[in-house]
Amino acid sequence: MSEANAEKIDDVLDLRGVMCPINFVKTKLHLETMEDGSVLEVHLDDGEPIVNVPRSVKDEGHKILAIESEDDGSWYKLIVRKT
Amino acid sequence: MTEDNPELEGLEARLETESKALHVNLNELKSGGYIKQRQKDKFTIRLRCPGGAMSVERMRKIAEVAEKYAEGRVHLSVRQSIEILDVDIAHFDAVAEELREAGQDIASCGPRVRVPTACGGCEYNPNGLMDTQAHALMVDEKFFGTECPHKFKITFAGCQIDCPRARGADLGFVGQVEPELVPAECTACEICVKRCEDDALVMVDGLPVRDIEKCTLCGDCVKACPFDAMIQGQAGYAIWVGGKGGKKMRLSDHILDMAQEEDVEGLIQKTLDWYIANGDKRERIGRTIDRVGMDDFKEEVLS
Ligand code: SF4
Ligand code: SF4
Ligand code: SF4
Repeated sequence: MSEANAEKIDDVLDLRGVMCPINFVKTKLHLETMEDGSVLEVHLDDGEPIVNVPRSVKDEGHKILAIESEDDGSWYKLIVRKT
Repeated sequence: MTEDNPELEGLEARLETESKALHVNLNELKSGGYIKQRQKDKFTIRLRCPGGAMSVERMRKIAEVAEKYAEGRVHLSVRQSIEILDVDIAHFDAVAEELREAGQDIASCGPRVRVPTACGGCEYNPNGLMDTQAHALMVDEKFFGTECPHKFKITFAGCQIDCPRARGADLGFVGQVEPELVPAECTACEICVKRCEDDALVMVDGLPVRDIEKCTLCGDCVKACPFDAMIQGQAGYAIWVGGKGGKKMRLSDHILDMAQEEDVEGLIQKTLDWYIANGDKRERIGRTIDRVGMDDFKEEVLS
């Protein structure tokens, strides 16, 4: 987690309320618009979104830096470095 | 679905005469996938398509034969094989011959090992844990057509989602995997814990700990971990035996976890040996197990 705290966040994408797999598709498309090495923070709901999206993003070749639980796990911050 | 063809036996005498005239190999006819249709002199010819995969080149040949000798229609059997519809008896030889030249054989019916079925498995399915397609081909090569007390169906599923319903076959193989934790890579995100439907993972001192009594070796946690922390260990097959559909369905029994690739052939051989030694005529293996006893079966097959 400390790794992410040290990172400068370049962009934030709030995908709370967005269902699978649309949330993943939006994340992927957003990452495509960003520079290599820059960092995106994605807000995801608990449940399916947080279980599915991080791994799908990793499988696209990006680096997951951290996953942070917010408001007692009711939603999450996914910190990704575009790779 | 056309499965058995008791009427075929009644036709035997007539076919004997006609087959001589037509040079049809009667043995092939009896063991082969020739299924009498309700229309006079018309048969469905079931082809041997293990795992349901084939080259389009072969498919084209099948299409060509279906147009040339039948009505140009095929049916996909519930067990993944192509069936050519409406073939007249007079064309049996030509159909079999032309298909064989293209490397396409006829399937089997009756009391014997049928064409094995399989999902895409790890060859191309993201969920697949085992190479189901390769194993279906192996079974097809080594066991297809082996005579048994009754029909014997073997099915391979790449993972526990079990799309091809291996857990309803006489002998079913279902892909499994042992998850392995690399503690140094774990960020304690708990995604694996959320993913596990069997409540087999709990966080203890910041790391997921697996309850091996509860874990079904499904691999979901491995597929969900977004770090390189929960990784794929050894893969294998869960073995299920004795399933059948029909008028009186029977669910399969789970007899083994994590059978290794190199054990598949031996397990099938031992299962068939036991079945052939113990099964009554026209009795599926599940019924034989019910009658003779699971303990006896397991002792012979698993020891
Ligand atoms: S059983 Fe598993 S591997 Fe096979 S097709 Fe279904 S999901 Fe894919
Ligand atoms: S393999 Fe499946 S059952 Fe076992 S811990 Fe992982 S998710 Fe749970
Ligand atoms: S999902 Fe991976 S990183 Fe997260 S707790 Fe489980 S093993 Fe650790």
